[in-house]
Amino acid sequence: MDMPVPNQDVLARKAALVARLREVLPANAVIDDPAETRAYECDGLSAYRCAPLCAILPASTAEVSAALKICHEMGVPVVPRGSGTSLAGGALPTADSVILGIARMNAVIETDYPNRVIRVQTGRTNLSVTGAVEADGFFYAPDPSSQLACAIAGNIAMNSGGAHCLKYGVTTNNLLGVTLVQMDGTVVEIGGAHLDAGGLDLLGVICGSEGQLGVVTEATLRILPKPEGARPVLIGFDSNEVAGACVSDIIKAGVLPVAIEFMDRPCIEATEAFAHAGYPMCEALLIVEVEGAPAEIDEQLALIKKIARTHNPVELRESQSEDEAKKIWLGRKSAFGAMGQINDYICLDGTIPVSELPYVLRRIGEMTAGYGLGVANVFHAGDGNMHPLILYNANTPGDLEKAEALGADILTLCVEVGGCLTGEHGVGIEKRDLMTVQFTPADLEAQMAVKDVFDPKWLLNPAKVFPLASSAERRQVAA
Amino acid sequence: MRPRTEQELAEVVRDARGPLRIAGGGTRPIGRPVTGEVLETAGLSGITLYEPGALTLVAQAGTLLEDVEAALAFEGQRLPFEPMDHRALLGTKGRPTIGAVAAMNNSGPRRIAVGAARDFMLGVRFVDGAGNIIKNGGRVMKNVTGYDLVRLMAGAHGSLGVLTEVAFKVLPAVEQTATVILRDLEIDRAVAAMAAAMGSPFEVTGAAHDPETGETALRLEGFATSVAYRAGRLAEALAAFGASEIEVDKTRVAARWTAIRDVTAFAKRQGDVWRLSVTPSDAPAIAARLQASALRFDWAGGLIWALVPEGTDLRGRLGAFPGHATLIRASTETRSALASFQPEAPAVAALSAGLRARFDPRGILNPGIML
Repeated sequence: MDMPVPNQDVLARKAALVARLREVLPANAVIDDPAETRAYECDGLSAYRCAPLCAILPASTAEVSAALKICHEMGVPVVPRGSGTSLAGGALPTADSVILGIARMNAVIETDYPNRVIRVQTGRTNLSVTGAVEADGFFYAPDPSSQLACAIAGNIAMNSGGAHCLKYGVTTNNLLGVTLVQMDGTVVEIGGAHLDAGGLDLLGVICGSEGQLGVVTEATLRILPKPEGARPVLIGFDSNEVAGACVSDIIKAGVLPVAIEFMDRPCIEATEAFAHAGYPMCEALLIVEVEGAPAEIDEQLALIKKIARTHNPVELRESQSEDEAKKIWLGRKSAFGAMGQINDYICLDGTIPVSELPYVLRRIGEMTAGYGLGVANVFHAGDGNMHPLILYNANTPGDLEKAEALGADILTLCVEVGGCLTGEHGVGIEKRDLMTVQFTPADLEAQMAVKDVFDPKWLLNPAKVFPLASSAERRQVAA
Repeated sequence: MRPRTEQELAEVVRDARGPLRIAGGGTRPIGRPVTGEVLETAGLSGITLYEPGALTLVAQAGTLLEDVEAALAFEGQRLPFEPMDHRALLGTKGRPTIGAVAAMNNSGPRRIAVGAARDFMLGVRFVDGAGNIIKNGGRVMKNVTGYDLVRLMAGAHGSLGVLTEVAFKVLPAVEQTATVILRDLEIDRAVAAMAAAMGSPFEVTGAAHDPETGETALRLEGFATSVAYRAGRLAEALAAFGASEIEVDKTRVAARWTAIRDVTAFAKRQGDVWRLSVTPSDAPAIAARLQASALRFDWAGGLIWALVPEGTDLRGRLGAFPGHATLIRASTETRSALASFQPEAPAVAALSAGLRARFDPRGILNPGIML
């Protein structure tokens, strides 16, 4: 993965930059010692590393604004960072960039139950948003797997999803307002506790812009009353195709589960060895969870079981207690950890139309065999968001490159069948150079035009999202 | 002009010598009146893809809303955001198109529970002001590939591009709908009752208040047994607001929510109609400041419909408030004199102007409609 050559002029002015940043930030909020900046050299895509010029940890919107203004004046690129859990390299620094970490801004500003919203500083972690309201019977719906660690700032930047978005949507559907600091320091208030935009839906384009349009320091999030109950059912099948057909039939029948999770045999075997959840050994396994009032759960599960039986499942297991429900989820929730125990892996994130599931799974199997690698599939089947885990050995020379090439082939396949390159992880640097598979030059030009408006000098997270060749001219003009 | 293909439409825009007024079904003359050659989207018609098992429908922009709804109903599905039909309120005749639903982010009472049109739009194709054909998003539910121009186009009223195709996430229709009705509540009590209902776990999908009849209506939808259970539990939970009546008759329930959605109460009444999106708990205080001839509340108080004497500068009367007010029905003179859309703070206005300048450099797409 190429990154632009660092701007020597910026590197040469490091001392002056640090001195100016120290004028507007507390001493301990500007980190320029190379021993310490190394902590910011990568995010969850840890194969790629580069220490930044320096890192800053502002504690207020005013400090973010003052710091950005200085970087803007001095022409220094800024890479915003939430908790650094991006799997796409969204927070990967360049050597000439300032990392702007939002971690110190983690306060709850206001909880407002009558209007069902919470206002937080965006360094707050996803799970601790729910933590702030769950004693009162509310929760924040988007639940990315990294929710214990990931920050709302990063969730907004990547428009994060999670297992339950079939019913509750992703971040953009649960975000009502933001305080955005533009690269030149301008502070903009967009949205609030009211619904929808009065003019253009700027909130909609800010969410998912990967930190390239501004730094979001505060957010108003929708919170929801917890349902009365939830219960999963586990269904095993002897082929991926049949499992895929069952998903489609459930959805067509008018049931709207909150989650439909899919695991294939390699994944079942690995998680079973790791977590001992008691899963049946079969080709494909679905975990379908419904929620609501007790009567509603019973009715939905009855319908789901009836549909499943028409597909001759090898196993159909309903949870009778909280403990059994936990056990059903245990294997799925430990899937990534389990795969990590037995292999190095790359986690892909393409989305496909649900109807293409059987075909895509078969093709992935064939393509993987062609590369002589292994793959395990675990994903959100209800919404078609796949997470094939490509297994490789980091100690075997050339294996990582082979795995990356297979990953690119699989994502290209996702686009070919009508899907997309990334469902919830974002483009970052990881899928940047595949963007031309999904988009025409005009499509990309329209997106880059938005960045031109918000950040005319292309200083915010500049080498991400767009293929370097597509953005080269703009980044050069800026430098 | 009525192009029949996206390519033709792109050529029309590229070759345009002056402003274009973009027209779907012509049922919603909202915004500052646009003078310009009429560009109709009706020639781009037809559902291009519908997969009920994937909850996905894609249609060309000029497809009639009624055709989309009929196709969905045939499979027991629906557009979850319940777009409003403006014809009664605005006294218009045409037939609404799906592209216009998207272009104005048109959502009804269920918006409070499930989201707006913008939340169910998965992808768009459009022609920008220079005649470029651009796509964004796609037809899958989870998609974070590149910037989200889908939402930017939703509610842009054609001023950033002419939509040619829109993909939606759809949802199953429901077996049963019921309304829990509270009576004779003053507005502050009604808003409190609606907040309590929305904060309950009983999945309320509509919360509206009519100060003229004194009725506060709360909608429940789903499987029949579940709706009956939840209606009972909700009535119990709201006992402090008085006894409630539970309405289950299919025809009456449907008629009630259609009337709320379409604000038909103001259809035959003289005056201008404004639509305000506010923080729901602010509704009583804002309503008092409006001094309106009549009011309706939806979205648990977050959506206020105000009927006022013709030519009233409602925003002037209201002063600053968190939210926005849109002039929906007024004479051409009033719509030319008063801003139809809420003026934005300078920094936000600068961003909006910047986007318009980039997407429509010649300023020919519905110019000024959102002023």
